[in-house]
Amino acid sequence: MNFLPVILWSDALIWLLVASALLLGWLSSRNPPLRAAWRRVGRHRPGMAAATVLLAFVLIGLLDSLHYRPALENKGEGKTAYAIEVLSLLDLVATPLRTRNEKTYSEPLATRAYAKEAIEVREADGSVRQTRDYPRLKHGGAHLGADEAGRAADVGRRLLQAGGAALLAWGTLAALAAGLLAHAEGTTQAAAWRRIWRGESDFAWNAVLGALAALFLVAFPLLALCGDYHVLGTDKVGQDVFYQVLKSVRTALVIGLVTTLVMLPLSIFLGILAGYFRGWVDDAIQYLYTTLNSIPGVLLIAAAVLMMQVVIDTHPQWFATAAERADLRLLALCFILGMTSWTGLCRLLRGEALKLRELEYIQAAQAFGVSDLRIISRHILPNLMHIVIIALVMDFSSLVLAEAVLSYVGIGVDPTMISFGTMINNARMELAREPMVWWSLAAAFAFMLALVLAANLLADAVRDAFDPRMAGAA
Amino acid sequence: MLAYLVRRLLYALPILIGVNLITFALFFVVNTPDDMARMQLGVKRVTPDAIEKWKAERGYDKPLFVNSAASGAGVLTETIFFAKSARMFVGDFGRAEDGRDIAREISARMGPSLAIALPTFVLGLFVTVAFALVLAFFRASYLDFWGVVLCVALMSISGLFYIIGGQYLISKVWKLVPISGYGGGVEAWKFLILPVLIGVVSGIGSSTRWYRTIFLEEIGKDYVRTARAKGLSEAAVLFRHVLRNALIPILTGVVVVIPLLFMGSLLTESFFGIPGLGSYTIDAINAQDFAVVRAMVFIGSVLYIVGLMLTDISYTLVDPRIRFDR
Amino acid sequence: MSGADAMPGELLLSVRDLRMGFVSGRRVLSAVDGIGFELRAGETLALLGESGCGKSATALALLRLLPAAGRILGGAVEFAGRDLLQLPESAMRAVRGGGMAMIFQEPATSLNPVLTVGRQIGEVLERHAGLAGAPARARALELLAAVGIADPQRRLDEYPFQLSGGMKQRVMIAVALAGDPRLLVADEPTTALDVTIQAQILDLLRRLQAERGMGLLLITHDLGVVAQMATRVGVMYAGELVEEAPRAAFFGAPRHPYTQKLFAALPDLARRGSHLETIPGQVPSLAAMPAGCRFAARCPHAWARCRDESPRWNELAPGHRMRCHLAEEPERAAPPVARAEAPAAVSAPVAAPLLKVDALRVHFPIRRGILQRTVGHVKAVDGVSLELARGRTLALVGESGCGKTTVGKAILQLIAPTAGRAQLDGVELTGLSRGALRPLRRRMQMVFQDPFASLNPRMSVGEIIGEGMGALGVTPDVAGGQEGEGGPGGALGALLRQVGLDPAAAERYPHEFSGGQRQRIAIARALAVQPELIVCDEPTSALDVSVQAQILNLLKALQDDLGLAYLFITHNFAVVEYLAHEVAVMYLGRIVERGSVADVLRAPKHPYTQALLSAVPSPRLDAQPAFIRLPGETPSPANPPAGCHFHPRCPRASAVCRERYPERSELSATHTVHCHLYPPGK
Repeated sequence: MNFLPVILWSDALIWLLVASALLLGWLSSRNPPLRAAWRRVGRHRPGMAAATVLLAFVLIGLLDSLHYRPALENKGEGKTAYAIEVLSLLDLVATPLRTRNEKTYSEPLATRAYAKEAIEVREADGSVRQTRDYPRLKHGGAHLGADEAGRAADVGRRLLQAGGAALLAWGTLAALAAGLLAHAEGTTQAAAWRRIWRGESDFAWNAVLGALAALFLVAFPLLALCGDYHVLGTDKVGQDVFYQVLKSVRTALVIGLVTTLVMLPLSIFLGILAGYFRGWVDDAIQYLYTTLNSIPGVLLIAAAVLMMQVVIDTHPQWFATAAERADLRLLALCFILGMTSWTGLCRLLRGEALKLRELEYIQAAQAFGVSDLRIISRHILPNLMHIVIIALVMDFSSLVLAEAVLSYVGIGVDPTMISFGTMINNARMELAREPMVWWSLAAAFAFMLALVLAANLLADAVRDAFDPRMAGAA
Repeated sequence: MLAYLVRRLLYALPILIGVNLITFALFFVVNTPDDMARMQLGVKRVTPDAIEKWKAERGYDKPLFVNSAASGAGVLTETIFFAKSARMFVGDFGRAEDGRDIAREISARMGPSLAIALPTFVLGLFVTVAFALVLAFFRASYLDFWGVVLCVALMSISGLFYIIGGQYLISKVWKLVPISGYGGGVEAWKFLILPVLIGVVSGIGSSTRWYRTIFLEEIGKDYVRTARAKGLSEAAVLFRHVLRNALIPILTGVVVVIPLLFMGSLLTESFFGIPGLGSYTIDAINAQDFAVVRAMVFIGSVLYIVGLMLTDISYTLVDPRIRFDR
Repeated sequence: MSGADAMPGELLLSVRDLRMGFVSGRRVLSAVDGIGFELRAGETLALLGESGCGKSATALALLRLLPAAGRILGGAVEFAGRDLLQLPESAMRAVRGGGMAMIFQEPATSLNPVLTVGRQIGEVLERHAGLAGAPARARALELLAAVGIADPQRRLDEYPFQLSGGMKQRVMIAVALAGDPRLLVADEPTTALDVTIQAQILDLLRRLQAERGMGLLLITHDLGVVAQMATRVGVMYAGELVEEAPRAAFFGAPRHPYTQKLFAALPDLARRGSHLETIPGQVPSLAAMPAGCRFAARCPHAWARCRDESPRWNELAPGHRMRCHLAEEPERAAPPVARAEAPAAVSAPVAAPLLKVDALRVHFPIRRGILQRTVGHVKAVDGVSLELARGRTLALVGESGCGKTTVGKAILQLIAPTAGRAQLDGVELTGLSRGALRPLRRRMQMVFQDPFASLNPRMSVGEIIGEGMGALGVTPDVAGGQEGEGGPGGALGALLRQVGLDPAAAERYPHEFSGGQRQRIAIARALAVQPELIVCDEPTSALDVSVQAQILNLLKALQDDLGLAYLFITHNFAVVEYLAHEVAVMYLGRIVERGSVADVLRAPKHPYTQALLSAVPSPRLDAQPAFIRLPGETPSPANPPAGCHFHPRCPRASAVCRERYPERSELSATHTVHCHLYPPGK
């Protein structure tokens, strides 16, 4: 074996999340009311377009969640030594992006650096002369050789090719979708096609296909160019910004999803307990969350993160690799965010459980002597699920945004871990530069906006579909 | 009603004690003072003597809860818990790493924080409620639809970008106001206008959407139909009937933050270099100044609890059901 | 074409071919389809129909107050010479509240909770009468006095939450009258109110109409209210008007098969022991309206023509018309073959009572003050004693808030009683642990009021019914279930068949069923554990008359077959008359009168029972007894009046009533009453 699989804690949690999402899907498919709600989500056009975009982000994140340590060059027999560096499948795919570092800043698609430097130029006569010029980049546009003027043509040609490929890929997928719909409804392909574009299909195929078209038109050109250019430029230490953006996706997903995973059991358990049993249980739980709530969130997080930092710094022996340390810090951040944010959902669930326990079907169950545990699991929990699902998707976007702010404040992820927050934090120093280094910020802005906007739109769709009060409206 | 308020006040006390215990646990139980000393001193200079000296300078050399070495009341008072946590109740927050008195620093920095936070709050509330009213008035029209789309887009942008973008456009490109800084006197508005503007804009998205939902929920109620059946115009219905009732849920979210305005905003103050409590906190976090963070946590929760009580009082002002019932 | 007893007044409102619908996705579902009627000053037109027939939508369409999804699709509404549907919105606003005012069903939610009564009336005065300041206040006082509110000066500055339900509805009427309307539209104005309050409000409306010569359009589902109020009646079914008649003709000789069925479905004493007429099937849904006559699928007379051709209006007599093909082919109206009635099993009272309740009390503490000390108790149930034998029905009757539901729940130990005892077949129920109660729970069950809240929407019907069996370990062996296998599926199927549902229903979810069907499921759930006693908490009050008849028939048949005992909690005397053997009347947590149905309903002794019975509007022209007007409303059970609880409202109260709660007086072997008018010694 020339690699050693590494399962980071966050990887394990991410795959656990994937498994529970599949489980939830399976449970939903067996329960008609839930199935109907998901169908309503499927009909929601902006929601499904957003889901398509989110899926692309999730795929990137999952690819980045399979870690390994490559084997070092094996000199002799005996035990294989593995690199200290932990890589992911995404790193492997993006090896050129990861390894082709420049010295410092360069603009997107540039062939030369952003700042003048003293360079030695060998004259025709063999003498070496010192000049100040923009140095040629080591990797950016290296394939052009001396023909730097041909860059525009090269980029244009690649763009055209990528556009064509995107159209082709999209056409294939669209035909596939129409075929699928035709098969399901027993109509011809052309009829299915018409139904899709008139928005008559039960599933919002037109939105999904539209989002895919946009996605392909962005992704294909990026991919076509990123091999030989720094398509989004490089940062201060010469690292490719496109690579950083791709790596940030996983961080954002972990923060947005694992945090909810931490907070859900706590808020569900305590919320139902307080609402169903009332009395002193309720008083105790209410006291607990009012107390936690009364500490301003950022400060509580700051205090907790500071303390965690002390723990990590005073126990370096716990971590085999830097990646592990960063990963644990990320997880700790998720836990801290989860511990500080469960109160809102808990209060919501408590109120709902209070209402539910007075409903007649619960009293009917009590009249049968059904045990409390069964009443909670069969009657209360299923009727709270819609709130949990809505909270889950609504919280995601705010957590992603929070990560950026916390990292900026210095209480976010490990500074060595690539995230939107660290990207912004590193780039903001350069705003004052003249001319300005804008590409890091712009890239982080664009990708973050796409991610959060998609999450918000999906959250709206899910809320509309699951909230019984919304069912009549809109 | 007085009994009701007194009860709320009494209820606040155990919460404050709880907060105090949580912060104490966080700062002194999770990590021992030794750990903190090591962290502060850095790996190189750590010697047992240096640690002891560091602790003694800051009063961390006492036992946590019970000092068996002391006599009389000192058994309880000569402890870290009493000296560092319990004394916060009387406004004694101790000294920061740089030796300055935290309480004095806080009172000096409240002004600049409020100068930013208060106008942002008032203006923001006005703008978002007005915007939400417009959307509710034109509900189910294209204006409403695109208004909501705009709100969702606005709330999908990180607060950092509002500040960065605002500073870049207004200060750097258009050179309208200074990029950062703070000054007293008549020229202060120059420094305040941009952070306030940015604060208002960055809050529009989520608040407007929330208020709009509240308005729409109220508009669906029976009494609104009654008001229309009286022949009132849509504007009269909205302002006289819907707004009054919608104020109740809006107050829940809004009044509670008013006291917290004293704390300032971490982001805005640090980006604009405003010497308020927000930047004080950030500096403390970056310098790992535990005493300051601890003090801010405590003050924050006190202000939050004051906010809760203000919320209760404001209910009695807008909701006659509570005013006459308690 | 005015009604028999109405003065021909000026024509106020003329509706022609009004059509409206609700937007659902990309379709508009028609809810009101081409109805037309006229209304003159001084006249009351009652629009009668069951839920979902479009009567409220019609009322809202007249004022153009439809909800967001509602659309007026065509027709004309001519009011005071103008077509309201063509008016610009600003002109329409002058009509609303000015020419035409409306009162709504729920007084509790129809008033703005944060504005004073005075402001809510003043708003209309300012808008339509141009009054403000002192004159407006004076006028508002007049209005409050006119609607019979005591102490109007004080009430003017109060908020709606400080008023009782009946007073709120009076304020609503005052608000409606403030614009001095020519026409009042009342949408189920008394449905949410207790029967004694309903009588007051109906009285008030009648008086105001007579004084002002207003037109009144009364939307209702209650034939009794119609009989009291209407000069003319229009019957709506599935978005159409199917019959229109003057009051006398309507009650004397209803002609449309639907109207006839509605009358036949009403329970009362005369129909005791026999099946009630029911209307099979359900109202067609908006999305799937049949092409021909909309009632054809449920009509006993329907023939091919009815299914193909929508009937025209046929004039039967002056002012009496209907939309039915029978008018043209009356020979088809031969009565359908009478169903063989199952003779009612006459069950003699058994000596040992199944259920014995003795001095049951349920008090809820009221906490107040800084330390939340208990400062008093809401005495929801305050010493209730009753007995119920196997196979018998005891009706517990009373107005809302009298504690009757709490009695039922306390017997089942769903609420812990504060004091007193309840025995099932000699076994004490109070104070038992959950485990000790469990074997008893299969012998007593409950059917709840709201069929929509009593079934868990996330469970299939099979799971719902199976839950009780599972929890109580009942072997599925259902009486009458002659399934060969005896397996759980077979037993479930038999149960469903027993309550008149298709066994395939077990796989489906509650939202797929109508209210009546849900109530059948709830009954099947209770039956699944083969109980001996079922507490029925207003099981039909949320249902339409025709569906109510189905459920009552079912309950009766089950009692005859299985020998069940029912504790039937209700406020509906018609249901009591039809179903119960004995009656107990509750007022403020206590039983004031008890006896057989004949004793209590035919010869009521307690003044409260007498007033209650007289307030029930009878769906007949004759025999409406003189209404005994009860002043005020039921006091709070937290602070009941000293002495006899009823004395402040009692027309025959004397000094002793104010001092002492009356002892129990036995009037006969079966009839007891708590009243000083009947001293116990006698």
